[in-house]
Amino acid sequence: MFLINCPYCGERDQQEFKAGGEAHIERPKQPTELSDDEWAEYLFMRKNIKGVQFERWNHAHGCRKWFNMVRDTSNDEIKAIYKMGEKPPAQ
Amino acid sequence: MTKNLRVKSSEYIDETNRISFKFNGKTYHGFKGDTLASALLANDVHLVGRSFKYHRPRGIMTAGSEEPNAIVQVNPGTNRTEPNVRATEVEIYEGLEASSQNCWPSVEFDIGGINNFLSPFFPAGFYYKTFMWPASFWEKYEFFIRHSAGLGKSPTSSDPDIYDHRNIHCDVLVVGAGISGILAAKNAAKNNFKTLLVDEKNELGGSTIFENNEFNKIDNKTPSDWLKKEIEELKNIKNLEIKTRTSVAAYHQYNYLLARENLTDHLEAKDKTNKIRQRLLKIRAKKVILATGALERPLIFNNNDRPGIMLSSAVKKYSEFYGVTCGSKNVFFTNNDSAYESALSLFNKGINVEAVIDIREQSESKIVKKVKEAGIKIYWSHTIVDTAGYKRLNSVSIMKLSTDGTSVTGSKISISCDCLGVAGGWTPAVHLYTQSGSKLKFDEEKQIFLPNQNTSEQLSVGSCSGDFKIDEIIKNLNHKLKDTLNIKETDLDNIKVEIDHENSKKNIWLLPSDKPLGKTKPFVDYQNDATAKDIKLALREGFRSIEHVKRYTTTGMGTDQGKLGNMHALGIIADTAGVKMGELGTTTFRPPYTPLTFGTIVGRNVGKFFDIFRRTPMNDWHVENKAEFENVGQWKRAWYYPINGETMHQAVQRESKAARESAGILDASTLGKIDIQGSDASEFLNRVYTNAWSKLAIGKCRYGLMLNEDGMVYDDGVTTRLGENHYIMTTTTGGAANVLSKLEDYLQTEWPELDVYLTSVTDHYATASLCGPNSKKILKKIIPDLDLADENFPHMSFKEANIGNIQCRIMRISFTGEHSYEINVQASYGKDLWEKCMEAGQEFNITPYGTETMHLLRAEKGFIIVGQDTDGTMTPIDLQMDWIVSKKKYDFIGKRSLYRSDTMREDRKQLVGLLTEDPNEVLEEGAQIISELNQSPVEMLGHVTSSYFSPNLNKSIALAVVRGGKNMMGKKLFVPMENKNINVIVTNPVFYDEKNERLNA
Ligand SMILES: [Zn+2]
Repeated sequence: MFLINCPYCGERDQQEFKAGGEAHIERPKQPTELSDDEWAEYLFMRKNIKGVQFERWNHAHGCRKWFNMVRDTSNDEIKAIYKMGEKPPAQ
Repeated sequence: MTKNLRVKSSEYIDETNRISFKFNGKTYHGFKGDTLASALLANDVHLVGRSFKYHRPRGIMTAGSEEPNAIVQVNPGTNRTEPNVRATEVEIYEGLEASSQNCWPSVEFDIGGINNFLSPFFPAGFYYKTFMWPASFWEKYEFFIRHSAGLGKSPTSSDPDIYDHRNIHCDVLVVGAGISGILAAKNAAKNNFKTLLVDEKNELGGSTIFENNEFNKIDNKTPSDWLKKEIEELKNIKNLEIKTRTSVAAYHQYNYLLARENLTDHLEAKDKTNKIRQRLLKIRAKKVILATGALERPLIFNNNDRPGIMLSSAVKKYSEFYGVTCGSKNVFFTNNDSAYESALSLFNKGINVEAVIDIREQSESKIVKKVKEAGIKIYWSHTIVDTAGYKRLNSVSIMKLSTDGTSVTGSKISISCDCLGVAGGWTPAVHLYTQSGSKLKFDEEKQIFLPNQNTSEQLSVGSCSGDFKIDEIIKNLNHKLKDTLNIKETDLDNIKVEIDHENSKKNIWLLPSDKPLGKTKPFVDYQNDATAKDIKLALREGFRSIEHVKRYTTTGMGTDQGKLGNMHALGIIADTAGVKMGELGTTTFRPPYTPLTFGTIVGRNVGKFFDIFRRTPMNDWHVENKAEFENVGQWKRAWYYPINGETMHQAVQRESKAARESAGILDASTLGKIDIQGSDASEFLNRVYTNAWSKLAIGKCRYGLMLNEDGMVYDDGVTTRLGENHYIMTTTTGGAANVLSKLEDYLQTEWPELDVYLTSVTDHYATASLCGPNSKKILKKIIPDLDLADENFPHMSFKEANIGNIQCRIMRISFTGEHSYEINVQASYGKDLWEKCMEAGQEFNITPYGTETMHLLRAEKGFIIVGQDTDGTMTPIDLQMDWIVSKKKYDFIGKRSLYRSDTMREDRKQLVGLLTEDPNEVLEEGAQIISELNQSPVEMLGHVTSSYFSPNLNKSIALAVVRGGKNMMGKKLFVPMENKNINVIVTNPVFYDEKNERLNA
């Protein structure tokens, strides 16, 4: 059970949060101009790596804000947390 | 006559408080302070159970939670009964009953014991190999296996006890209150850290509290006396909370630990009532100090499992702590000095110690000399090659060990004895440490796994970190505490310690016998009857990974998770495979460390608190009017309202007819309601729904379909424009929370530039839906001054009005195809509104209807229910709802996916209507649909999603999804059922009033 430092509320138990998959996958601005393959790349393809991963999280039972997290999936170490729209920290 | 084997009064046993208890139906006596195990041993009862596979007689082996054999059923036959409890952990109380498990008809005569004589036929993997074929026989095998196995019985009635959960936040959590834990907690608390100290036992002090080696001294006192003084001082320390009878079950990441606090298990039945039995502590600690100690290992030799064979440290604890001797003729078998302490403990109380058998060549320590001086015979370089005694040990046979330790020589000596204390060295209890994700390393010299890489703010101290001697413990504890807590001084700085150093030890994982391995039974895992032979067999059959060997042999897979024998299993694998133990790694220690009750896990969340129920403001009315309820998400919705003993079918037929013929009323309060405001509200709706919203006039309503980005239907509902920048959206009852989350997600992450605010108002409004040709007249009676003329208040429009002083929002929208109104009021007026409608509708025979009738009525109209007629694989095109998908809009969620080659396939499953050839035959929802009767295997074209007998059409109707169904209108298909095939015809899904004439009736 992680302890997550919500950028708006501070440290809270993982129970209050919802994971939202890989971060920094922007919805295409002009979907109709994409080929099936390009659209499928956006829609379906996720890295799901063992190691340092960039993820979206939502403080669902708190402020309901979405934010980003850098987490090492091999040991669940949370390396960084930053707001939506902010640049990811350099690795 | 039962013997009394009390040897001296112990300060932990209250001999003035005599307690009677029953074991296997027979009454025994013990004293306050006894465990079930110590009390049985005092009564000379060793045989307490049978092993799992061979049903071999087994006795009490240990004095702690690592016990593999003495597993009992507590209070059998009552609703408080609990299986798989370790007798070594049960504190006795007046009236306690316990019984052996895994034996039939009794522990003394067990039919399954025949497996013992058949054991050549039960090698490792026996079950995998034997019961796999022929497959059709599995049912018969299963019956046999279940009958002869079975670890205890679960209670058959509900648990009468109360359980609780508590969250604890602390600076320092210390697990284990032996000498290291006590000193760590004391120094942490003294330095202003909010500290919690927990221990699974009922007394503090661990094993040091009965440490009797006269050559060990702390500040010139025996370790035992010195520690008692330290424990006394704990009482006056602030910032320190101590919890005994509290076992840490799990250690998760980020220093989140779960512990079970046992509050009443040691009390008599009359003192248990109305008290919390067990409490689950959810502990979040800034720092965790593990002082979990070490577990003594047995030695692995032929027939090492007979009742009377125990751990040497357990023999000592029973003697020193409980004042109980485990035998009248004692022998010890060891590879290190600790057995000599146990031997001396018995000798000093005048109890007969026949011999110590030591696999080492010699030892120079003072304690060994003392044993020699006492005249106890020591057999150096000897090993036990066999033991005798079926239900109780009666002798051991020993032989000289060869120099390399792999064979035995010379002649066999038999020593008569009734108790054998076995000392195989100490294994640090690193279970919790590894659960936290931290990594171990193997210490070649000490032959143990030790904490190596910590993943969280944690510290291992004392024997769980490999420090076994008091001087090392205190020295290392001192500098570790200073480092970890960042403190300069501790009260350990000036402690003087003298100790008797052990100078030799010898590890032989599997001791040889004069018989070959195939003829011996050296048990490694007592609970699962895995022997060294099984492990070697697994290696011969090609298993290499420790995890595979574990599963194949079931070593370490009992309720004790192999706390005693796992190291031997690793050692034997390493020796046999010729690899180093460090390279093998260990198996994973999984939580819980000791079993937890279900009660503790669920706490107060039982019965009606198991899951949250949501009830509408009209709920009391539904209850008073005998509604049956159904669960929709967390909501309790009125399902139907039977009168005069009607069946569900009868009630629904009546309700459905009434709603179409005169008037019906539905509690629609559970529909999700989201208030949407902001200057970009219209644009936002354009992006989330498939249809266009910008041109919707204020005061008008529109149905919308929401897709996932993959083009599949996600939710639907009517949204009303309340003002220029203000909408109220309704969602399905079950989808409300997810829709809000999804909308918030898009607003925050993809479209932060939009000025839109979302508020969930589901609970704020109560909704009564008036429906039927007389609904207009009823509403007119309730709100006489409201203009209900069709031209001023047409279908799909909205008005604000007052019922008396109560403000309400009225939408003229319909989910039944009838003329209807949805009246929304502030939730607290919901029941008032409902009663007003009922009263006004009385002359029109207004009929309350539930969700079942609602489903039937909408099915007559071919309206879908998201989640019933769709399953996350249906596009609007599949649903034949092309009309709602805007061709003009550049984009909306899911649009691009509607043009993927896969979503455009003609042969996708599509929504159609089905009519049965026999109009009285009602299909089963979920039934499969086929087009060919005499084909094998037959292609499944789809399935029935909704099916009812329509009282208004007087025939059976159904909705279904069928592959390529759109182009099958009029085609005959079949629904195969268990005993018959039902003929059906594919039709348009709209069965009733296709031209929507009734909306304005
Ligand atoms: Zn927050």
